[in-house]
Amino acid sequence: MSIPADTSTPTRHRFTLAQYWICLSGIVWREGLRFIHQRERFISALVRPLVWLFIFAAGFRQVLGVSIIPPYETYVLYEVYIAPGLIAMIQLFNGMQSSLTMVYDRETGGMRTLLVSPFPRWWLLTSKLLAGTMVSILQVYAFLLIAWFWDVEVPPVGYVLVIPALLLCGFMLGALGMLISSLIKQLENFAGVMNFVIFPMFFASSALYPLWRVKESSPLLYYVCEANPFTHATELIRFALYGKVEWVSLLVVAGCAVVFLCGAIIAYDPSRGFLARRGGPGG
Amino acid sequence: MGHRDGPEVNDATTLMKAADVTGPAALDVDGVGHRYGARVALQDVSLTVRPASFTVLLGLNGAGKSTLFSLITRLYAIRTGTIRILGHDVAREPAAALSRLGVVFQSRALDADISVQQNLIYHAALHGIGRRQADEQIARVLTLVDLTDRRRERVSNLSGGQARRVEIARALLHQPKLLLLDEPTVGLDIKARADILGHVRRLLANGIGVLWATHLIDEVGASDDVVILHNGRVLAKGAVRDVVAAAGTPDIGSTFTKLTQTENGAATGAGA
Repeated sequence: MSIPADTSTPTRHRFTLAQYWICLSGIVWREGLRFIHQRERFISALVRPLVWLFIFAAGFRQVLGVSIIPPYETYVLYEVYIAPGLIAMIQLFNGMQSSLTMVYDRETGGMRTLLVSPFPRWWLLTSKLLAGTMVSILQVYAFLLIAWFWDVEVPPVGYVLVIPALLLCGFMLGALGMLISSLIKQLENFAGVMNFVIFPMFFASSALYPLWRVKESSPLLYYVCEANPFTHATELIRFALYGKVEWVSLLVVAGCAVVFLCGAIIAYDPSRGFLARRGGPGG
Repeated sequence: MGHRDGPEVNDATTLMKAADVTGPAALDVDGVGHRYGARVALQDVSLTVRPASFTVLLGLNGAGKSTLFSLITRLYAIRTGTIRILGHDVAREPAAALSRLGVVFQSRALDADISVQQNLIYHAALHGIGRRQADEQIARVLTLVDLTDRRRERVSNLSGGQARRVEIARALLHQPKLLLLDEPTVGLDIKARADILGHVRRLLANGIGVLWATHLIDEVGASDDVVILHNGRVLAKGAVRDVVAAAGTPDIGSTFTKLTQTENGAATGAGA
């Protein structure tokens, strides 16, 4: 029987750096396209922090006085104080939105397209995280532009210097979302994430009030806030907007990003993650 | 090879093994098993898909077809047995194996919000194919599936059959040597089913080995190879005419019914 011979030899398949770049840029490009086509996602991502800024901050301006604390060198409006927290909130929601998308992709089959790529799985997941982070940064700058008209201004250089902090925080929160997505079996379970992850992380942080005020009322809550990675993401962004580095927050955010990413890679490993735990695809 | 064949299959029906041909098999599954907790989904499954051949993986819902596909595509880890694609072990050389594999999953996996071309560019990037080369390949694969004129169309505007053809085009974009299709005609009308089957059969001329999973008997051609999978076990495999002859039945439909009923009876007897 004559069968066409395949000349492949059982050697390891290696991709060039250029191919890794093509893979990364393709995933980022696709995430950007999806974002553009989902206008309601963009609008809701903007409306959420703007409601906090325009309504909550205006209402609580007189109630919640803010003393001079680093990185601020003068008294600041409450709107100015909560802006970094709202930026971190945009990234937190975007990270969770990405995780929601991953659960959806898993149910519809889109996730399989990604995972059967011959590139290493860690690279695919890292690329997906970077893609989500880029989208969140676009949202942040749209927010900053609108907030600028609301007298929320930072030094001009801060708009540039904050980019590395946004990258790191977006990556950390996205990795957390990815890790959570591996634990969610169905799309319907996602409401639980809102209640048990997003809201506790946001409220038990320095996003809305300085931690010294929390310490005065509840030392225990203060320590909870201190241990919350979202607090450190907020502070990293706050300091970066004023051209400064909060080193403890930088270390915490970087460390958490690594831990969450490793957790997500393990969770999406074929032998240990959700794919192995699920009851099978049927058929 | 660790075969575990039913008594209905004789040596003559066993597919030609990888070692018997002039090159490696497009797909060589050897002694593969899989469990979901205590439930056995696949038990000692062995099969071979030759280059330029059309092999039908025939089984009812729940037979283990999708589980086998998940193992071949490395969505699940292979714990028992080995799977080789063009001689590359999926567990040990995943990149080499997966780069030679095109797959169409049972569930639709196109991004409906973006165009056909954008979906294909994304897939090309997932295989490290740059934009210029991707454009050439996209033109080639869309010609193969007769969708050149729908290149810039949003996927959401396509019919079910057209979307399936785009998925086939996507699976062929990186020029694989093995194509897996998991029930690709589910939910399609008769004409769309025939179109897709015809498109895939024409690929054999390019030397591509095809593994087509289905529960529809009428999708099995007289000159195909067939693997009958039932309750996670291979009941028979080989050229269709040989499998039918070995079973002593008039056609593949009767063969399938006979083998699965015998197996069910044996399982019931063993259970009693």
